[in-house]
Amino acid sequence: MTAAQTIAAQGEALLEVEHLTMRFGGLTAIDDLSFTARRGEITSIIGPNGAGKTTVFNCLTGFYKPTVGRLKLSHPTKGEHYLERMEGFRIAQVADIGRTFQNIRLFPKMTVLENLIVAQHNALMRASMFAVAGLLGLSRYRNAEKAAVEKACHWLEKVNLVERADWEAGNLPYGDQRRLEIARAMCIDPVLLCLDEPAAGLNPRESLELNTLLKAIRDEQGIGVLLIEHDMSVVMGISDHIVVLDHGRKISDGDPAFVRNDPTVIKAYLGEEEGEDDHA
Amino acid sequence: MSEIRIKTDAPEASFRDVAKDALLTAVVALVLAVPFIGLKSDSVGIALALQTRWAEMFAIVGAVVAGRVLISLFRLRRVQPRTPQPQKRAGAKELAAAWGGKHIVLIGVAGFAFAAALPFMPFSSRYTIDIGTTFLIYVMLGWGLNIVVGLAGLLDLGYVAFYAVGAYSYALLSTELGWSFWVCLPLAGLFAAMFGVILGFPVLRLRGDYLAIVTLGFGEIIRVVLTNWVEFSKGPNGISGIPRPSFFGFSFAREAESTTFHELFGIAYSSQHRIVFLYFLILALAGLTNWFTLRMRKLPTGRAWEALREDEIACRSLGINPTNVKLSAFALGAMFAGFAGSFFSTRQGFVSPESFTFMESAIILAIVVLGGMGSQMGVVLAAFALVILPEWFRDFQQYRMLLFGVAMVLIMVLKPTGVMGSREPTIRLHKKDQGSAAEAQPETAR
Repeated sequence: MTAAQTIAAQGEALLEVEHLTMRFGGLTAIDDLSFTARRGEITSIIGPNGAGKTTVFNCLTGFYKPTVGRLKLSHPTKGEHYLERMEGFRIAQVADIGRTFQNIRLFPKMTVLENLIVAQHNALMRASMFAVAGLLGLSRYRNAEKAAVEKACHWLEKVNLVERADWEAGNLPYGDQRRLEIARAMCIDPVLLCLDEPAAGLNPRESLELNTLLKAIRDEQGIGVLLIEHDMSVVMGISDHIVVLDHGRKISDGDPAFVRNDPTVIKAYLGEEEGEDDHA
Repeated sequence: MSEIRIKTDAPEASFRDVAKDALLTAVVALVLAVPFIGLKSDSVGIALALQTRWAEMFAIVGAVVAGRVLISLFRLRRVQPRTPQPQKRAGAKELAAAWGGKHIVLIGVAGFAFAAALPFMPFSSRYTIDIGTTFLIYVMLGWGLNIVVGLAGLLDLGYVAFYAVGAYSYALLSTELGWSFWVCLPLAGLFAAMFGVILGFPVLRLRGDYLAIVTLGFGEIIRVVLTNWVEFSKGPNGISGIPRPSFFGFSFAREAESTTFHELFGIAYSSQHRIVFLYFLILALAGLTNWFTLRMRKLPTGRAWEALREDEIACRSLGINPTNVKLSAFALGAMFAGFAGSFFSTRQGFVSPESFTFMESAIILAIVVLGGMGSQMGVVLAAFALVILPEWFRDFQQYRMLLFGVAMVLIMVLKPTGVMGSREPTIRLHKKDQGSAAEAQPETAR
């Protein structure tokens, strides 16, 4: 699929979350949440600590099974997938949803390049015919590996890590690790990229670079991006659509300008008294 | 220990710590020494009599305390003056590591060539070749277990079970059905791999300690079944009269109905032929294991093993099916144990459950861990230390376990990641010697 085609399809509903509820024993972490994420848009989920943002991600990516609700992914080429019925790894393998983690989860002892190659496991596995072609050293596998390295290089350039391609991922500075994790998620060719607080721990300059990177991913790849973030400079700067959660419920949903001025949002963040608009 | 290191600017306090430490050591050593050394039971006639050896006990406790004080003082001296000395040492170490890393292929080829030439060396005797064969069996087992423990990071304490499956497969197929070694060898590998999958399924959700316990249990189950299922495995008596290997159909006997090996080549009969053939057979099998593992590391399956070791959740998020990855590691690791097992039974001509005790698993695991998880060369070095050295120092046989323990402690203190602890990337973007950026990487914190 070319970028041009995907951009043409911009604005189509990609992910429809309907009546999502997640209970842990007596605790309701998410309560009847519905929202839609569209292709070619950055959808942000924000909310105070403990609002259930990461839980939404874990339901989406199969780490939790939702108590109630439907998660429909309309894949541009592979049809519709109901994520709540799929096993965790199949969501990445079949539905093409990539994600990053709040506490970075790289393969620390492997090199940066290896991290990106592991992400292309399924494609390479097919090319190596379950290791047989690879063991025999057939050109079929060698070409596939070359292509995988090229794709990895493409993303290394994007996140500015070409120089450090042979470093152990665990030795990278924090900001680089964050960017590498995004590159790794992009290497699975996702239609939806879920980023869990990608700006956490970044300095202002790095956050700014992150904004550019995410915009580029949205515009060039034409995929949907789902973003959990506390850093309002990132959220307000790049989001096309914001969903606000508080105590597991959706309290606001709209474009940045709307959410920024929504009194319920201001109340959730700052309490009863009126506060500065910027904080929403 | 840690207190001593922290209080570097107050030497008096440090010396007090040393004294305190020594006292504690004395107490611990004394508590241990009373039952170990102080009291000794001797049989007098049919009764047991208790003897005391207080003098020896105090001598040993004294030696322990003195050693402890020396170590503490040495540490103190090394920590207090913050001279650049330790850095220089690290530099030398780095250099050595870099040299080793660059020439690892060369070292490997040289080692293999030496191993291949060993039977023709002037000094080699039947004894040398026998030890060499035993050594290579352990190297092969170490390489096989390296797939499971070193690459996939699944702690397996029952690896010897697959070795047993391989050994019994050949023993039973050849004695009951009369199948030849070359048919049974792949079958033994297949059976062992099947058992690997059978073990793999129930332990898919387990990691670390829990996995270790279940695999330990599995290893014991196999051994206990072999001991007790007499109709199947002849129980503790074992299976004897297992056919010895032939040179692709030509036997190594002095005289046989068909052509024998020495007749085939027109040379004089020698009992050494079979020994040398066995040696080359295990060398080839071990070489196959090594080739396979090295190759596998550079394939998606191998990379997925390593990724799984690093972070299973991240693997899932990338669409890697952890079930397949784990099962393939268990199956392939077990397969090589199966090959080694069938070699073992044809070499010995006899198998019994006694050969497959937990001690064997422990030694194989120690080879992998001491060598440095995932390092092929490390396995060879560790197998050398654990198999050949005890042979050389047979005079010290009584102290073998003691030295074993000391070696373990020393390795864990000096090089916690194993003798060859550094990992070689499976693929590089930049050439290794390109300098600057690629080399500027900080050394991994230990």
